[in-house]
Amino acid sequence: MQPAGRASESTRASGEKAAAQAQRRQGMLLASPGALYLLIFFVAPLALISVYSFATRTSTGRTSLSGWNIESYRAIGDDVILGIIGRSAWLATLTTALCLAVGYPFAYYLATRPRHVRAILLVLVMIPFWTNGLVRVFAIRFLLGSNGPASALSESLGFGTFRILFTPTAVTIGMVYSFLTLMVLPLYVALERMDWSLTEAARDLYASGSRAFWKVTLPLTKSGIVAGSVLVFVPSFGSYVVPDILGGAKTLLIGSYIARQFRDARNYPLGAALSVLLIVAMLVAVALNQRSGSGAEGGDRPRRRRRGRARTEPEPAAVS
Amino acid sequence: MSSMTRTGVARQRSRGRTGSARLILLGGIVGIGSLLAAACGDDEADEPAAAPETTQAPAPAEEAAPAEEAAPAEEAAPAGPAAHCAAGETDGDLTFYNWAEYIDDELLAAFEAETGINVDYTTYESNEEMLTKVESGAAIYDLVVPSDYMVDTMRREGLLLELNYDAIPNSANIDPAFTNPPFDPEHRYHVAYQWGTTGIGMTYEVLELIGGESTWAVLFDPDTAALVPGSISMLDDAPETVSAALKYLGYSIEDVINNRNEAAIQEAGELLRATNERLLKYDSVTFGDDLVNGEVDVAHGWSGGFALSIDEADAYETHVYTIPAEGGVRWVDTMAIPHNADNVCSAHAMINFLTDAENGAALTNWTFYGSPNAAATPYIDSEILEDPGIYPPPEVDARLEFIPHAGDMALLIQDQLTNAKS
Repeated sequence: MQPAGRASESTRASGEKAAAQAQRRQGMLLASPGALYLLIFFVAPLALISVYSFATRTSTGRTSLSGWNIESYRAIGDDVILGIIGRSAWLATLTTALCLAVGYPFAYYLATRPRHVRAILLVLVMIPFWTNGLVRVFAIRFLLGSNGPASALSESLGFGTFRILFTPTAVTIGMVYSFLTLMVLPLYVALERMDWSLTEAARDLYASGSRAFWKVTLPLTKSGIVAGSVLVFVPSFGSYVVPDILGGAKTLLIGSYIARQFRDARNYPLGAALSVLLIVAMLVAVALNQRSGSGAEGGDRPRRRRRGRARTEPEPAAVS
Repeated sequence: MSSMTRTGVARQRSRGRTGSARLILLGGIVGIGSLLAAACGDDEADEPAAAPETTQAPAPAEEAAPAEEAAPAEEAAPAGPAAHCAAGETDGDLTFYNWAEYIDDELLAAFEAETGINVDYTTYESNEEMLTKVESGAAIYDLVVPSDYMVDTMRREGLLLELNYDAIPNSANIDPAFTNPPFDPEHRYHVAYQWGTTGIGMTYEVLELIGGESTWAVLFDPDTAALVPGSISMLDDAPETVSAALKYLGYSIEDVINNRNEAAIQEAGELLRATNERLLKYDSVTFGDDLVNGEVDVAHGWSGGFALSIDEADAYETHVYTIPAEGGVRWVDTMAIPHNADNVCSAHAMINFLTDAENGAALTNWTFYGSPNAAATPYIDSEILEDPGIYPPPEVDARLEFIPHAGDMALLIQDQLTNAKS
């Protein structure tokens, strides 16, 4: 196609550039409220926390913003703190695993219901999620308490009083209950979006039901699993409401330890350093999620693209 | 005051300090909030409230501040009374920051009716929570209720305004025993609000099993604790738990802290650590109710919290609050005005209102804590006056000690409870 074409191509290119610019400007305008919000309520506090983590706690409990040092980060190597971090990580892992074990079959069930049933079930899943978390945890506390229904049931069955409240078991139950929705929803989305004809194809090719699940369904919903796990792991790692209410404040987790530094010990630098550590850990987790998430999507996106191209490619051919 | 409301609030009345998760949540928010506020203050250099955050030396900005806003220097002693208010004079709506459920709403309403100003009433659940907010200037309060050692901490850090007693004629009602305390020897920064003790609430059954005399051993000695059929709880409060352990070990709390006996504090910490496993939970909020409900048989807690729960459950026959033979803790909560208060005259008016004889009695009749108001005695319910758990007899009284201002050992004390839990 000829010189004239080339000329029009260049004007088209500049026009496109202007259009892209306009679009970018519009995009920035649309994003600005959100960006401003994040700047004020996320970036600024984060910067403050980072600054404080290098400050010094004076002997009277004030925070001195001079004489910057990394003492607070060095203090994290302390056995007590490492123990608390280890315990928190273990509890978060356990919570994530249990949420996955409970949430996957549940999401599977949800995703395979007819559309109108699904809508109702989904609302039922969401309702506790909209309820104040604190209220729900206190409800669990009542249910598990020695005067609660679980105890009454166990007594009427002759098993004696039910002593579970203020134990690690109670904390785990509370954590799974609190964060289950965060696991179910991404799994549901992944399962719901999945192309079920692929499973059918596997079955047609004589794969057993379980084989089709392990080889087809599970890999295709990997992004949901990873997203759900990150969404559960991150808050449970830093959780302090549930362990305190259901665990009787007997064993410190990292969240309550940080809160103690700010509130009781007035050791802002140490609390800030630990917060920074938590945030970095969270960012790493999210980054890993992003990569494996895009990886999983990358797994089926090319397929779609190929399908797409197969449909559009013939068109120019038909024109020419 | 309907009995319904009473029962409803009893749960939180107990001068809860650091227990509930809600307050931890709050603490977190407060922590972050105060950091934010501090930074904003740094930007606007003429904001005096934020300055104490940064360094000990008073910044120039503070010196430029009005004399009323005491320069926050260490050991600050601002010159002259803070305010030139007449008795009962008000200068705007009052922001009152008090312990959770520590005043009858009707008293607040009566004050509003009398003065025509509004009271913006908010609550906290630990001294340290209040300190963090006042220190950072994250919020401005006109009147706060720090406990004894916290008055000492705050006045040393220049966070309190000197009171103008001309505006508080009712302060003459305060029992002289409360006007010359070690934490504010010249009685310049506070007026006593309520007082109480820290000891052990238990069932009479337990009291008999351990030999009829209350002792800290029921918490700290494995053999004695093993006699308790049910569960045991302790306050979620570092100064209180460390003090209890010190008493059991035979130390005087005042001795240990005033003589900087770090080894004794560490010894107390070891004891707390060994005790941790034995406890059902740490709780500074529901200990009284837990005791009368049978959730625990032994609870470490504050006098009024137990007195109220025992009264509400009519459990006088079965449950009792005791001061252990080794001795316990005495405390006084006080009214004080933060250095950066906006409505200083209104704050004085409220202090004057609450030190009135009948109003002082109304306070105690609602909280079940002791009244420092000598003139209030005729108006206080006789069941409260006759309760040895609230007003201990002289021989018990002699075994009580204040927790002193810990200064640079505060962190060491906090660490003992933290380590016990990890």
